[in-house]
Amino acid sequence: MALLEVKDLQVFYGVIQALKGISFEVSQGEIVTLIGANGAGKTTTMQTVIGLIQPKAGSIIYNEKDITKMPSHKIVASGISQVPEGRRIFQELSVYDNLMLGAYLQKDQKKIKDDIENVFDQFPILGERRTQIAGTLSGGEQQMLAMSRALMAHPTLLMMDEPSMGLSPLLVSQVFDIIKDMNSKGITILLVEQNAEKALKIADRAYVLETGAITASGTGAELASSPEIRKAYLGG
Amino acid sequence: MAVAINGLSLGAIYALIALGYTMVYGIAKMLNFAHGDVIMVGAYIIYTMCMFTWNIGSMPIWLSSLISFVVAMAVCTCLGIVIEKVAYKPLRGASPLAALITAIGVSYLLQGIAQLIWGADQRTISILDRLGTVNLGSYVIKWSAIITVVVGAIIMVCLVMFIKKTRTGRAMLAVSEDKGAAQMMGVNVNAIVSITFAIGSGLATFASMFYLPITSVSPTLGAMPGIKAFAAAVIGGIGSIPGAMLGGVLLGVVEVVCNSISAVASYTTAIEFALLIIILLVRPIGLLGKKRRIKV
Ligand SMILES: Nc1ncnc2c1ncn2[C@@H]1O[C@H](COP(=O)(O)OP(=O)(O)OP(=O)(O)O)[C@@H](O)[C@H]1O
Ligand SMILES: [Mg+2]
Repeated sequence: MALLEVKDLQVFYGVIQALKGISFEVSQGEIVTLIGANGAGKTTTMQTVIGLIQPKAGSIIYNEKDITKMPSHKIVASGISQVPEGRRIFQELSVYDNLMLGAYLQKDQKKIKDDIENVFDQFPILGERRTQIAGTLSGGEQQMLAMSRALMAHPTLLMMDEPSMGLSPLLVSQVFDIIKDMNSKGITILLVEQNAEKALKIADRAYVLETGAITASGTGAELASSPEIRKAYLGG
Repeated sequence: MAVAINGLSLGAIYALIALGYTMVYGIAKMLNFAHGDVIMVGAYIIYTMCMFTWNIGSMPIWLSSLISFVVAMAVCTCLGIVIEKVAYKPLRGASPLAALITAIGVSYLLQGIAQLIWGADQRTISILDRLGTVNLGSYVIKWSAIITVVVGAIIMVCLVMFIKKTRTGRAMLAVSEDKGAAQMMGVNVNAIVSITFAIGSGLATFASMFYLPITSVSPTLGAMPGIKAFAAAVIGGIGSIPGAMLGGVLLGVVEVVCNSISAVASYTTAIEFALLIIILLVRPIGLLGKKRRIKV
């Protein structure tokens, strides 16, 4: 039984159909990546899984529970977190407050404190800026904050939407190292990436999304070696 | 001196009301034009409860007044929550204009209901002004004004602490900045919106209490302080909590100062709104308003 199972998901924005009945699954412990051109529907997929968008048809099963119609706060409570596209950290709040919001549904105050200290150990720069308004952080620092914030919730499934967007090559590598590290600690990951090359390299399995429909799937290595995929997403 | 205290006291009343406008705007992104009428309802409940409890023989007046106030606060808080659930929530996501028109409708509805229950005639009641005056040197100052300033300041400090330091307060700030991202943190936005309306209406009840010494109770009692406090919220920068406080106090002080100068007294309201226009021309986002980054 897969951890996350999406079946025939259809999503509309007004009359425009953004997802035309997609199905995919993510098993416990996997890194699964979703690649596709701009506007393919990758962000829409993630937003729908976490309950920010209501699908017109289809179902989302998580941990053998139907979460299709669940409000987002219950979905988050059941163990799904998201690093959203464009990071969406709370620009007007401090680094510390951003992390506390990540732990919004956590009850154990002592554990929250320890988690925050761990974040500051891992990213000392965030510790130095704990009281600083998050909007003043650099792009790389904001991405570290966005990932740390999502981890504060101790997710079982972490969805990451283009976490390497707008970062320097060095930081991109760092982000991918962090993703691998999180996965090795037991977090299941659904990853959307512009950087298909790197994403396919770390992914156990991958799906290709084209204008709202899944057109290919396989292991990361299989897709990375497919001529069509190379041509469309890996620059030849 | 008396002018200063009275100005600050009126300013505190405007600030308490303005906080309701600004918090609801910040979180639900709508202008709740029925907010002023919640103050009116609060005033009527305090009035009715006092008329009732003051006749209960052995109870001291301060206690029965306090009970009346607490009941009014409970009623207004529930009223705020109910208004949001019944009238505004179905319109979330609809055009801002639809929400605005609904809010104006709710405002008239509340005035109509009040007129049905209590009639159109004006009533007066003295609660805080029973406390009389105090002589500070050569100045005679009303206790009610002093209490308004002191209690108003305490409430505002508590509110700021609540928003800055508590989990719920943080969630309110998060929803205000980015509702979707707040939901991804597990924030229940409906609950936060309800809490916001509850707090706004609770603050409005304080305004009712503090406003009673300087007004008579009628179905349109909320209109004037409502519109002035709205102006105050805009002057301070709608959505900004310190802005609402600053704008409220500024407007209150200007009003009392203008009223105390006989040459301009009859133009007071015009001067206040001229102030609003000038500030908006110079700084369209209000004194402490924040420029929102454009979301991509
Ligand atoms: N809020 C919206 N209203 C209307 N249409 C939308 C909205 N959001 C997305 N769309 C449309 O839905 C389609 C899928 O968008 P989505 O953001 O999911 O794509 P994406 O794969 O994440 O693209 P990108 O790589 O650019 O992030 C696009 O055609 C987009 O224009
Ligand atoms: Mg996207």
